[in-house]
Amino acid sequence: MRKLALDDEILLSIDKPERYIGCEVNSVVKSREETEIRFAMCFPDVYEIGMSHLGIQILYDMFNRMDGVWCERVYSPWTDLDRVMRERHIPLFALESQDPVKDFDFLGITIQYEMCYTNILQILDLSGIPLHAEDRSENDPIVIGGGPCTYNPEPMAAFFDLFYIGEGETVYPALFDLYRKKKAGKIDRRGFLRRAAEIDGIYVPSLYQAAYHEDQTLASFTPVDPSVPEKVHKQIVMDLTDATYPDAPVVPYIQATQDRVVLEIMRGCIRGCRFCQAGMIYRPQREKDVKKLEEQAVRMLRSTGYDEISLSSLSSSDYSRLGELLDFLIRYCDGHGINISLPSLRIDSFSLDIMNKVQDIKKSSLTFAAEAGSQRMRDVINKGLTEEEIMDGALQAFRGGWNKVKFYFMLGLPGETEEDVLEIPHLCERVAECYYDNIPKEKRNGKIAITASSSFFVPKPFTPFQWAPMDRPEVYLDKAHSVKDEVRRQLNQKSIRYTYHDAWVSVLEGVFARGDRRIADVIETAYRHGALYDAWTETFHKEIWEEAFRSSGIDPYFYTARTRDTSELLPWDFIDCGVSRSFLEREWKNAQAGTVTPNCRERCSGCGCRQYQGGICFVPDGR
Amino acid sequence: MRIRVRFTKTGPLKFIGHLDVMRYFQKAVRRADIPAALSEGFSPHMIMSFAQPLGVGKTSGGEYFDLDLKDGASFDRDDFVDRLNRQMSPGIEVLNAAEVPADKKNKGMALVAAASYMICFRKGQTDFANETDSISRLSEKIHAYLAQEQIPVLRKTKKSEEETDIRPWIFDMEACLADEKMQNGDIWNVEADPVGFRILVSARSGSNLKPELLIMNFASYAGLSVPEASLLIHRINLYGRQPKAEEDGDLVPLDEIRVVRTDSSVPSSDS
Repeated sequence: MRKLALDDEILLSIDKPERYIGCEVNSVVKSREETEIRFAMCFPDVYEIGMSHLGIQILYDMFNRMDGVWCERVYSPWTDLDRVMRERHIPLFALESQDPVKDFDFLGITIQYEMCYTNILQILDLSGIPLHAEDRSENDPIVIGGGPCTYNPEPMAAFFDLFYIGEGETVYPALFDLYRKKKAGKIDRRGFLRRAAEIDGIYVPSLYQAAYHEDQTLASFTPVDPSVPEKVHKQIVMDLTDATYPDAPVVPYIQATQDRVVLEIMRGCIRGCRFCQAGMIYRPQREKDVKKLEEQAVRMLRSTGYDEISLSSLSSSDYSRLGELLDFLIRYCDGHGINISLPSLRIDSFSLDIMNKVQDIKKSSLTFAAEAGSQRMRDVINKGLTEEEIMDGALQAFRGGWNKVKFYFMLGLPGETEEDVLEIPHLCERVAECYYDNIPKEKRNGKIAITASSSFFVPKPFTPFQWAPMDRPEVYLDKAHSVKDEVRRQLNQKSIRYTYHDAWVSVLEGVFARGDRRIADVIETAYRHGALYDAWTETFHKEIWEEAFRSSGIDPYFYTARTRDTSELLPWDFIDCGVSRSFLEREWKNAQAGTVTPNCRERCSGCGCRQYQGGICFVPDGR
Repeated sequence: MRIRVRFTKTGPLKFIGHLDVMRYFQKAVRRADIPAALSEGFSPHMIMSFAQPLGVGKTSGGEYFDLDLKDGASFDRDDFVDRLNRQMSPGIEVLNAAEVPADKKNKGMALVAAASYMICFRKGQTDFANETDSISRLSEKIHAYLAQEQIPVLRKTKKSEEETDIRPWIFDMEACLADEKMQNGDIWNVEADPVGFRILVSARSGSNLKPELLIMNFASYAGLSVPEASLLIHRINLYGRQPKAEEDGDLVPLDEIRVVRTDSSVPSSDS
């Protein structure tokens, strides 16, 4: 009999019991006796979302290749099971062994988006691990956080023992070696944390102190004593080709959001869009060798049995040997009934040709991540996409038979005017006109269908907009309404569907993104009052958060609506993410002047990432 | 060429839903490198059809799907079974594979006429299932139960509840001892008391008798106290009627049906 943490009666009474039983194809079960270090790897959201995450698959595979280390997975119990576990005092468990998380050596939590913060508290709480790192004892797991949100870990600092700044492939062996000393009784928890702080990329929040000015801005952020490094340097893998990558990813029974093989073709991005945090923190752009990718694609397709493969990167069109890779994949997949999906492609004749080969034009749509409606605004954000390129791409696509277009925009970008806002509907209208003007009636495959959606711009740390103010929600909603009204006034209103995102979730995201240690109290208060799964519309409750801010005496707009001076000490300034502060300041000025900065392939702009001695900084254009 | 595959579903995998089992086998067939035929179009998919969905929580020793192989592919039963079994998760085992004619009449789903089940009770949840002596007492009650001319029960349909006589749908029913594997948890991942029921009932679409409905009805007839959550249900097998000219051919397991090739039905020529 396989031991399950939940009994039959519970599993049959909750939604999708498959989320909690483990046993998936390619999941790894080791013997407890031969395991020295047990690592619970957690994605703090529901199983189907968590199982779609590539980073965990990479680390899961890497850890389980290590002798004496057994890595298992943990996801957030959905609200139905959450209730049952609290009522019956069932501790949170890892999927493979079904053993309580509390008995593990490490609990690693990947923090991919701010709106999962209350889910992290749920994980700790259900596991029976004290929420605050300072309350943990010798036998509690070491709680370590990683992922993009750790580039400003401060709002969650109180709840973590360690943060890992950078790519997980690099310093875990050193951390595990140190942990073995703790396990052997040579050092205690405190000693372990002290020594861990000396490992590059490891940030131990309890070893730093923050002080604030009267105006509430950060006055100082300092190590508790001189042995603790002042700066924490991002760790990255420079040779992506030979970096560890799973041959056999875990395949869920239940349909995950990412229900396909994911082939990571490169990391980093050359574009330098000024709003984009990923484009900055994952620099420099590093490509994986095409031959290696071909081998990995075949190996993963064979070991998983998936009928689809997706290329993963921030901007696939920038992969220098994309044509060669796709030729190979098309040849291989065609004979095997496997589909190829290509997110993050720029619409041009090359990508249209490829899409024509791998997709059903009638069903697929073109996606333009235009981000802004006006050219002026696109220059401010350094989008590197001209109106001409949009219109050319659209026209070629219409001639090729496409008639569905998706546009992604942001509202509330720095310096946005009413005119910029109205250019969103106007651009959609021009694209619709382009269709009707150029495609004769008899060749049209029905009406054109344009879907435009706008999200509320949230300034992120380590971007040139880290100093920028965020609109107040009423302003954002006014802008969204103007867009909606303008769409209705246009000739082709029936061809354009416009939707916009919720405002309050974005305000919270804005607070967490640029918050400091004082935000922890708000997060904990909201969690105690029932906030959970805030990333999900059906479970997000604005009132809980408003009340939490009120009772904690914290004004959310102090964190979002204020323009920060470049002389202000920012909570994340102690992290060196490769991109220098002077570069970000330069880019912030360029944004205000509407000056475009060329991409890394065109010209080096001296962002600071040359220090890593590799990637695009040292590779001539290979295309 | 169409291959009918018989497989089991036991242990924790009883929580995997029907659609997910289908998706699981599509992947397993690809991993096993079995030359499955693909449909035309931009998203080619395997031509696979499953007989009779099994509810979440139930286990089975007789699940079936039909899979079409590519034109010209060769089929070796042992090799086929072995290759698939190398890809199975513990709890799912391929028991058999047999070539069946690839005509429309012979789809797994449409053929199902009956199903046999073993029904046991979670350990300690009833006052009769833990004593072997109760078998004879239960047998008498079953005898009387089946002697009724009609057994009307309320059945939930998609639209409403309606009263149906289920007597014609009960082909066989007996009280018996459960296998060791059922008692010790190897099947349900939960321990069961030794005494249970074996039944053979109609499983035709429109006259599909759910085992829990029969057992709960019998329990109330016989005055047995059975909490619904105590039921452990294992499908033993699925059966079709050996096609004959008339309606009432013999019941045979789905993978043993020999289809009589008549002139009117052209076999193996879907393509």
